[in-house]
Amino acid sequence: MDKIIQKDLVIIGGGPAGLAAGIAAREAGVEDLVILEREHQAGGILRQCIHNGFGLHRYGEELTGPEYAARDIARAEELGLDIRCDTTVLSVDGDRRVTCVSKADGLTVYQAGAVVLAMGCRERPRGALGTPGTRCAGIYTAGAAQKFVNLEGLMPGKRVVILGSGDIGLIMARRMTLQGAKVLACVELMPFSSGLNRNIVQCLHDYDIPLYLSHTVTDIRGRERLEGVTVMRVGPDRKPIPGTEIEFDCDTLLLSVGLIPENELSQRAGVALTPATSGAVVDDDLQTSVPGVFACGNVLHVHDLVDFVSDESFRAGRAAAAFLRGETPTGETVEVRDGEGVRGTVPQRLRPGRDVTLMFRPAAVYQNASAVVESDGVELARKRALVFTPGEMVALPVKAEKLAGVHAPITVRMEAAKHD
Amino acid sequence: MRRETEILIIGAGVVGCAMARVLSRYETEILVAERMGDVAEGASKANSGIVHAGFDAKPGTDKARLNVLGAKMYPALCAELNVPYKGNGALVVAFQEEDRATIEKLYDQGQRNGVPGLRIVEREELLRMEPNLNPSAVCALEASTSGIVSPYELVYALADHAALNGVAFAFNKPVTRVERTENGFLVRAGEDEIACRVLVNCAGIGSAEIHNQLHKEEEKLKLIPRRGEYHVLDHPEKAPFERTIFQCPTAMGKGVLVTPTAHGNILLGPTAEDIADGTDVGTTAGGLADALEKARLTWPGVSTRTEVTNFAGIRAHEVKGDFIVGETAPGLWEAVGFESPGLTSAPALAEEMGAAIAASLQLRKKETIAPPYRKAKPFNEMTDDERREAVTADPLNGVLICRCEVVTEAEIRAAIRRPVGARTVDGVKRRCRAGMGRCQGGFCAPRVVEILAEELGLPMTAICKGSGDSYMLTGEI
Repeated sequence: MDKIIQKDLVIIGGGPAGLAAGIAAREAGVEDLVILEREHQAGGILRQCIHNGFGLHRYGEELTGPEYAARDIARAEELGLDIRCDTTVLSVDGDRRVTCVSKADGLTVYQAGAVVLAMGCRERPRGALGTPGTRCAGIYTAGAAQKFVNLEGLMPGKRVVILGSGDIGLIMARRMTLQGAKVLACVELMPFSSGLNRNIVQCLHDYDIPLYLSHTVTDIRGRERLEGVTVMRVGPDRKPIPGTEIEFDCDTLLLSVGLIPENELSQRAGVALTPATSGAVVDDDLQTSVPGVFACGNVLHVHDLVDFVSDESFRAGRAAAAFLRGETPTGETVEVRDGEGVRGTVPQRLRPGRDVTLMFRPAAVYQNASAVVESDGVELARKRALVFTPGEMVALPVKAEKLAGVHAPITVRMEAAKHD
Repeated sequence: MRRETEILIIGAGVVGCAMARVLSRYETEILVAERMGDVAEGASKANSGIVHAGFDAKPGTDKARLNVLGAKMYPALCAELNVPYKGNGALVVAFQEEDRATIEKLYDQGQRNGVPGLRIVEREELLRMEPNLNPSAVCALEASTSGIVSPYELVYALADHAALNGVAFAFNKPVTRVERTENGFLVRAGEDEIACRVLVNCAGIGSAEIHNQLHKEEEKLKLIPRRGEYHVLDHPEKAPFERTIFQCPTAMGKGVLVTPTAHGNILLGPTAEDIADGTDVGTTAGGLADALEKARLTWPGVSTRTEVTNFAGIRAHEVKGDFIVGETAPGLWEAVGFESPGLTSAPALAEEMGAAIAASLQLRKKETIAPPYRKAKPFNEMTDDERREAVTADPLNGVLICRCEVVTEAEIRAAIRRPVGARTVDGVKRRCRAGMGRCQGGFCAPRVVEILAEELGLPMTAICKGSGDSYMLTGEI
């Protein structure tokens, strides 16, 4: 009774990653493909990101989230891509069998020739922080608040404290202010913000919202609705310092404390993950440990800009198409490792012979420093910058000719400035 | 509003709802008055969810008797009401040779209490049974009849069954005054005056206050709110422990446990701290650190990396130590100091006290009793074939709202439409697990608010997270 539908390519997720992968795969000749999207429309989280700043790299213009998504959707429609909305994928197995459900079609099973994982990421909730206090109403992730405000036209609160300085939190500081709420503070545990500098300037400084670095929320008060939070300074061990308490009377606490690639489906498919990114381990074709299963966008590693998500996902779509044609390169892979001061390098394996761009985040702020790629003591590439921060992902290209003949593991590390 | 009823039950926790369900088998009129906005809002929702085997309580006490009786009832009761229950067994572990005497004492106590399935397990076997246990373990008491239950789901099911058999529930009715009248009692609950013949006091942490209004000075009771804090971890692919793992008990209670829950999460806690305010269920940095540190003795590999939430519950500890149950004054039936093993004991107490109340009022048994409301099998637990059928039967099963716990729109609507249905986001969460997972409602809360508003015919801005004024939204743009 199991009706199994054969598909060359199944793409899970119709956000910017899934759309780009679908477009690239079709352009590379894959006719039989489907994009499965759980929401009512394609576009993913961009749909609720009504601020501008998207597309600077890809289009050289500043688009809003919906505008950016609309361009990919228009292209997908032009190519006649089959995008199934309101469809939730329930499981993927190691044989690339994808089971999904929708109101219109019921339960559907696809046997895919290749799968692209493009499920995006989710926000870390309060529970993951272990913040003590009451479990009252008024505590939201910044993204949930954004959905209420931008998609439902509803205000989640009036007096707001933001914990964490991730980009969505910063954007929501401005958004809530523009809608008449009072944003009292943005509180960041680390001595630096994890958000983009332009967002700190445009969303906090421009509205006189104080940013408390090396601070955190240590208590949450309010029986029914939130009534206030306690903020304390933290030491180098990130533990609160007694005597530094600041009390804020607020009815809303927004959390912007990190994004986690949503890999539950990948995990059950047997895809190997790494704690460094919480995403899949991939090679330079973005192929995971399960043959024919590719990953791209925020489900692979959390990006700063959608432009880079699209770029990566075009590559995943092309690689999936090559896989379907039986043209995926084989041969020995070399491991790529995080060295000193580096976290979450993608890809984690590569086949020497092609140009490759390594992406990673520095583990701390480095000034006037270099990121260095080396293997067996030989430098393969180097990038210098005045500032490296964990908030901005580094893309470091390595030339094919430098990689030729490399067999030993490749290491990416930060090199602090030399003092004369 | 002035109301009259033959039987008034104060408190819609596990005791109140179990009492209501038992009494609903008789020809009578029953009202349950609850201070919060839903059933199971006090200790019944915030506890370890353990069906204790019955070796902890001192022989000869009501705690011992009702615990053992209650534990025996659980498997059949949960099957009848379709409530998640698992007879996973428990171990009380001695981590040093000095604790062996405690293990032996608990074993003897269990034998005297009539607990079946007890034995002492030595280290080597113990570590084979539970490989993640701290290897410094010396020996343990195994209690094979111990189990785990979803405590609030039990209460929802009890309440639904009672409601289907005519019991009325009145929420947001805190009892402020109780007085005796010629024919019974007059109770001030919220804005209501409720006259009743028989008063059943199952008010949890508030039960002593009610008791004391109807008793002389020397009969007054004192409840100490004893707060316990817990960590909840996401359900792992493979549970680190099959059984509930206790440490040796202390003067403050059974100590910190590590257990799978009936839904496969991992629970660490509780701490035990006597506090002044019996409604203060906030967690503290100290308490959470303490719970984690103590859990580490049981499980050296413990990590909060997958923590989904933390919570605190209040035990109603009566200073003399035992339950106060039965008819303490003419027409006044009580369950005071119903701390652990209260959850386990509640079904037994309800049968016992329900029958006694029926006898005292000479109530007639109803000719027919409506069967329990049966919640559909969770979509998350269905096979593909079952899912296919479920979507065919109701296309809203094809709309996934909570991705972490795999909950469908049909299930959320059912949670609102069941006899004592959800009225709040938390009510939905506990009835069908939407928002219970690792993202804690980050994705589904806006949709749940929308569905609640639609089902209840209210604007979205009127929807609350839980009881009282816990509004989710402050207005429209």
